[in-house]
Amino acid sequence: MTALLASENAIEVLHLVKRYPKAPVNAVDDLSFSVRRGEIFGLLGPNGAGKTTTIGVLTTRVRPTSGSARVMGLDVTRDPIGVKQRIAVMPQMSNLDQSLKVRDILLFHAAYHSVPRKERVARADALLRELGLAERAKDRVSRYSGGMNQRLMIARALMHSPDVLFLDEPTNNLDPQSRLFLWDRIRDLNVRGLTILLTTHDMEEADKLCERIAIMDYGKILVNDTSEQLKKIIPGGTMLEVHVFVPELAVGAAESDGRASTRLLAAFQALPGVIKVEEISQKKAALQGTSGSGGGARGGPGHSGPWAGPPGGWSSQNDGQRQEPGVTGFRLYTQDASALVASANQAILAAGAELRDLHVKRPSLEDVFIYLTGRNLR
Amino acid sequence: MTTTAQTPTEAPLSASGAPHEERALSHLALATNAFFAILRRDIVVTGRDLIAFLAQVLLQPLFFLFIFGKVLPGIGLAAAGFGALLLPGIIGLTTFLAAMQSVALPLVLDLGFAREIDDRLLAPIPDALVALEKIIFAMLRGLVAGGIIFPLALWMLGDQYNVRSDRIGLLIALLVLTALVGACVGLFLGTSIRPEQIGLMFSLILTPLLFTGCTYYPWAGLDGIKWFQIITLFNPLTYADEGMRYAMVPAVHGFQIPTLDLHWVFLGLGVSILLFFILGTHTFQRRVVC
Repeated sequence: MTALLASENAIEVLHLVKRYPKAPVNAVDDLSFSVRRGEIFGLLGPNGAGKTTTIGVLTTRVRPTSGSARVMGLDVTRDPIGVKQRIAVMPQMSNLDQSLKVRDILLFHAAYHSVPRKERVARADALLRELGLAERAKDRVSRYSGGMNQRLMIARALMHSPDVLFLDEPTNNLDPQSRLFLWDRIRDLNVRGLTILLTTHDMEEADKLCERIAIMDYGKILVNDTSEQLKKIIPGGTMLEVHVFVPELAVGAAESDGRASTRLLAAFQALPGVIKVEEISQKKAALQGTSGSGGGARGGPGHSGPWAGPPGGWSSQNDGQRQEPGVTGFRLYTQDASALVASANQAILAAGAELRDLHVKRPSLEDVFIYLTGRNLR
Repeated sequence: MTTTAQTPTEAPLSASGAPHEERALSHLALATNAFFAILRRDIVVTGRDLIAFLAQVLLQPLFFLFIFGKVLPGIGLAAAGFGALLLPGIIGLTTFLAAMQSVALPLVLDLGFAREIDDRLLAPIPDALVALEKIIFAMLRGLVAGGIIFPLALWMLGDQYNVRSDRIGLLIALLVLTALVGACVGLFLGTSIRPEQIGLMFSLILTPLLFTGCTYYPWAGLDGIKWFQIITLFNPLTYADEGMRYAMVPAVHGFQIPTLDLHWVFLGLGVSILLFFILGTHTFQRRVVC
């Protein structure tokens, strides 16, 4: 059974604990997860969540306090040489050999890994070509841009054909072109069988690249699933955003404002499946940079502050729009927003208002991330 | 996923050739290959910067030799034979310092922020062997630097160049040990000092090392300043330089200059090598694996 598991998983972490000397808390705290062979697995978490320490243990650079970690079936503390032979690491910051020329960096790296001479020359030339570095293979790294450094580090990582590639925030600080290029390469490598574990703050990156994502905080994994499943974690699941024209509001009578909003709010709340209704207040729109000072949508009575959504509060594209007089917006949180479209429209008509705009919105990975890890700065 | 799981060892991108021939190698073979590849890398880099390397290690000793061995005796401020006495000290110092600096300075920067060493630490080789490679390589640099002084001294001192040739085997052994002790001290310093403390290293460590190591005076000559003579015994360079003097300075008119006994020389060098090797590899491993 164990042998079978070992052969299926490229990475297995079991009850891993790491406490640095003199640290008051564990950097990694009873962590368990596995990465299947051929998978792209993402570790997400705020700064200091324990991602880099986890990678450190898996790449033999950090000694675990307790628990175990295996890479390609090999224990990282018992067989570091075997592990090092099968992995490659692309660190957050360039650690390229500044004393060597670009091509020599690749050749020496392969030599450190016992790749025979003929093969390392062939691999270096092929990789330089594929990563668009062949023209500048004789440069020193000091003349390379950040994006080129990153590509060179990818090339270096591949020189000894590893089974598992660790990418620690691979596209941090890169321009959009380099970022897209790296994403393509990462997918490419995965298609060719490489298992990839990446850490990132970039939700788009995680969403686009990773088959499964683990969100970490305080050294623990909070959730570990596909991006789609993670987005279902937020209570209410999806959201229907409606903008309606209320004739009473356009007239501008102060006391009728409240009544119209309250009436609609109550009507929406009565709809089947609605978990929570929120009016998009004027204050919130102003906070998000709108210039809608002449807008008619004002906060209804009993409404809390600007971020009164479910924990995590979705950001809305419409918040920044200038609203015409008499138009106000509402967010209806529900398990399935698209099923609510027809009944919401009926409620609007019944209230004597008119539908102007309607969106079905789903929470982004970022919403899930903030929902789970909170808004506090680390 | 399961389809790709069949070919995890396939060479990524367009890498050609049979992948993972190296997987068949034993850990010992892997580590040995990595060790020599890393050593080759260091030698290639030194070869490319040979002029800078030689300037770094040779300029200071040659000036010392010129001023103290040529100029001062020339203007009557030092005895004529001083050059012969000074040369062994200069060779010991150069060998020691070249070896020490070859490992200490790059390591301080590397462990501090450059992290270029990570590429080698992630090679299939025990971390301790990466440290050992640093020592061996630094030792080689020390030997080259010390060795080059001989012909340069011959050219500079002319008829003042006076080196006995009957103890050449001993001289070579002492040069190797001197370079080795320099490299081990360098490993310890390189792993103990933070980049922001480099200035401190020059003033607090290098200067005392330079002047308490019996480089510019024979140990026996300090009989009149006993406390200082005792202090010099804590400097590994004292043993190196006194050994060099024993191996190099010829007898003049039947008078052989007294030096530290050869047993003490070997004991002093041996203890220093062992001590700094253990300390150095220990701090190295603490810095590279948290």
